[in-house]
Amino acid sequence: MGRDGAEGNQQMSEPERKNMLRQGAKGRAVHDIGGLEFGPIDRSEHDLALWEKRTDAMLILLRDNKRRVLSVDAHRRMIESYGEQEYDRTTYYEKWLRSVRNLLVEQDVLTREEIEAKMAEVRAKHAKAGRKAAKETVPW
Amino acid sequence: MVSKRPHTRKPAALSGAFAPGDPVRVAKRPVLGHCRTPWYLRGKPGVVAAVYGRFRNPEQLAYHKPGLPALVLYKVRFAQGDLWGRYAGPAGDHLEADIYEHWLEPIT
Amino acid sequence: MHDHDHDDHDDDDHGHGHAHPHAPPQKDHDAGPAGAYEVLEEAIRSLLIEKGVLTGQEIAAQVDLMDSRSPALGAKVVARAWADPAFKRRLLKDARAALAELGIDIGTLAEFRTVENTAKVHNVIVCTLCSCYPKMLLGVPPAWYKSLAYRSRTVVDPRGVLAEFGVELPKGVEVRVHDSTADLRYIVLPMRPKGTRDWSEEQLAALVTRDSMIGTALPAAPGKRTPSRKKAAA
Repeated sequence: MGRDGAEGNQQMSEPERKNMLRQGAKGRAVHDIGGLEFGPIDRSEHDLALWEKRTDAMLILLRDNKRRVLSVDAHRRMIESYGEQEYDRTTYYEKWLRSVRNLLVEQDVLTREEIEAKMAEVRAKHAKAGRKAAKETVPW
Repeated sequence: MVSKRPHTRKPAALSGAFAPGDPVRVAKRPVLGHCRTPWYLRGKPGVVAAVYGRFRNPEQLAYHKPGLPALVLYKVRFAQGDLWGRYAGPAGDHLEADIYEHWLEPIT
Repeated sequence: MHDHDHDDHDDDDHGHGHAHPHAPPQKDHDAGPAGAYEVLEEAIRSLLIEKGVLTGQEIAAQVDLMDSRSPALGAKVVARAWADPAFKRRLLKDARAALAELGIDIGTLAEFRTVENTAKVHNVIVCTLCSCYPKMLLGVPPAWYKSLAYRSRTVVDPRGVLAEFGVELPKGVEVRVHDSTADLRYIVLPMRPKGTRDWSEEQLAALVTRDSMIGTALPAAPGKRTPSRKKAAA
C-alpha cells in the first residue's frame, strides 16, 4: 500500500500488491518510486562485472563532447520506458545496457538487425571457445 | 504553465522568480514524458532554501533537444509532515529536493 | 552560477585526475556461461568499435578511471574539513573551488554540494528517481543505494531506514533527507568524532566511512574496531 494518502484510493483491486500501479502520465511513472514500499534493504555488497563497467564506460563516452550520441536525460527517459514488472526485476546495469542499445538505434548509429546478428556472432565465438552463452535476446 | 512572479527580491544574475525563504507549491499536473519532479512532491507546499542557477531543461534534453531556455533550479525544503499522511518521525524532520522553476507556483 | 553546458548533467565525465592510478587486473569475463546481457554488451561494443564510434582503448581507460575512484577521496576531503575550519567554510560555500585546493578537479560536473551534520541536523542522501550519487568522491555506489527499497523508503521513513543501518537518532535531531532530483550531487560532511583532538588528517580520514558520507552511518569511533553507530554523535 502506498503510504501517501493521496494515492490510497487507487488500485485497490489487487490486494496482494504492496504498491499502487505505476502508470506514467496518469500518476506515477515507473521509476518514480519515492514513498512506495519495497521491503527491507539488502545491504550485501558486490563488485561490478566487467560487462557492467564497460556498459558504464560506453554510456559516458557516447555522451561526451566528441560524440554526443546520447545524453543522460535521454538515457533516463529510455530506462523509464520499461513496463513496471520489467523495471522492478531488472538490475541497474541491465537497464543501462538496454537503454544504450535502444538509444543507439533511435539515433541511427546501429540497427536492430546488426545488433542481433552481432549477438549471434558473439555466441558462436564463445561456443567455439567452449563457453556456453545465453541464447535469449534482451527484450527491446 | 510558467509560475507567476511573486513580489520578492530577485538575485539579478539568476533572474529567478523565487528567492530563499519564499513559500512555494509544487505544481500538480499530468506529465507528458520524462520529468524530474517526483510524484510524491506534486501539489505539496515547501519553502525555497537555495537558488542554484540555470540548468538546461531535462524534459527537453531527454528528447535530444537543446533544453533551452535554461531553467532556474531551486532547492526546496519540505516539512515531512506536509508530504505524507502518516509520517512517523518528529515534526522537525525535513526533506529537500531540487526543483526546476516551471514546476513551482507561489503561495500567496 | 551560470548556464551549464550540455554535458554537465552527471558526475560521470571523464578526464579527472585521481588518487589511484593502478586499477586492479580485470578478468576477461565472469566465470560460467555468458549471460544475455554480457553477450549484448560485447555485441554493442564490437559494433561501435568497428564503426569507429569509439575505441577499445577509450573504453579501457574509462573503466580504469571508474576503478580508480573510491570513498578514500571523499574521506580525505572530510578529514581536511574537520582539521581546517577555514577549509570547511570554503567547502560548504563553494565545493568546486575547495576541492580544487586538494587537487580534485570536478571538471564539468554541474554542481556539487556538501551538507553538514551538526548536533541538531543529520543529513541523508537518496535519489528516488534513478540513483544519482557523488561518484566523483565516493566511486561507484553500493548496490543498496540503487535498490528499490532504499530509493522508495528513505524519503518517507528515513528513521526506519537509518535504524536498519544501525543509526538511531534522538527525536531532537532533525533528519534532513536530500532527494537528488536534478543536476546536483550531494555528500554528507559527518560530525567529527570526539576524542580526536590532536589527530592527523590521515588518522581522521581512516574514521570516515563511505556510508557516513551518504548519511546512513556515523563515522567510526576512535579506538574501536567497529563503528559505534547506536547513538548519535552529539
